[in-house]
Amino acid sequence: MNGYDEERIAALLRLLPPAPVGWVRAAQELPAAQDEIGELVSRAEADAAFRAKVVADLEAALEAEGIEATPSVVAALRSRLDTAE
Amino acid sequence: MLSDSQLVARCREGDSEAWNELVERFSRYVYAIATQAFRLPQHDAEDVFQEVFARVYQHLGRLRSDDAIRPWIAQLTRRLCIDTLRGSGREGPADTDTFEPADVDESLATLDEALTVRSCLDAVGDTCKEILDRFFCRDESYRAIGEELGLPAGTIASRISRCLAKLKLELEGRSEAPAASGER
Repeated sequence: MNGYDEERIAALLRLLPPAPVGWVRAAQELPAAQDEIGELVSRAEADAAFRAKVVADLEAALEAEGIEATPSVVAALRSRLDTAE
Repeated sequence: MLSDSQLVARCREGDSEAWNELVERFSRYVYAIATQAFRLPQHDAEDVFQEVFARVYQHLGRLRSDDAIRPWIAQLTRRLCIDTLRGSGREGPADTDTFEPADVDESLATLDEALTVRSCLDAVGDTCKEILDRFFCRDESYRAIGEELGLPAGTIASRISRCLAKLKLELEGRSEAPAASGER
């Protein structure tokens, strides 16, 4: 970081506006989401047919378990299933 | 302020406050990579954003060095953006060039520099941090900043100038000093 001036610093600051508040909050709530989907993942690990059904439609699998399929929860489930492969 | 590596270590111990801080610290970076470097629409950017943090949470234990969190997040975001642009899931061709904007390396380097500047904001004091963030990052007017912080609107311009000077000094100090743990 050499050779910059205040104008450059200002330009760099402008490049990082906040992410939407809801996105940040959802990502921060991931630990709770992990607990919520734990049972679903356990069943998928133990039952190949159930796993295939879950993988085929993550949103539907979550909704069937009464878990709201927000983007963060879907992402968490996908990540857990990838890890379990 | 905790270094990146300290923050990662606490997250690994299950500290929820540390996780909140980690998300807060890197949220703008991930968002900017998705929307600026890769120009993803908001809907796709949101999916990438959530996928990045889901994977970070899931795989923190596998990170070889806690200092590596920042380049790891950048690489992860880049890969997921490419997957999104590829549009057909995560098993596409190895050739990523087809899906990346031509100037993506330059964009990522600039955003990395921007994150370094942002990480120095904590060192210039809460008021300066707030003023600079509101003016440059949130695009708020002098009047809005003055009202929010209880400062005369007529003083905001000069405060911005002074705060930028402080930030520049801080950056110069860091560039001359050896890299601290968790910082690049």
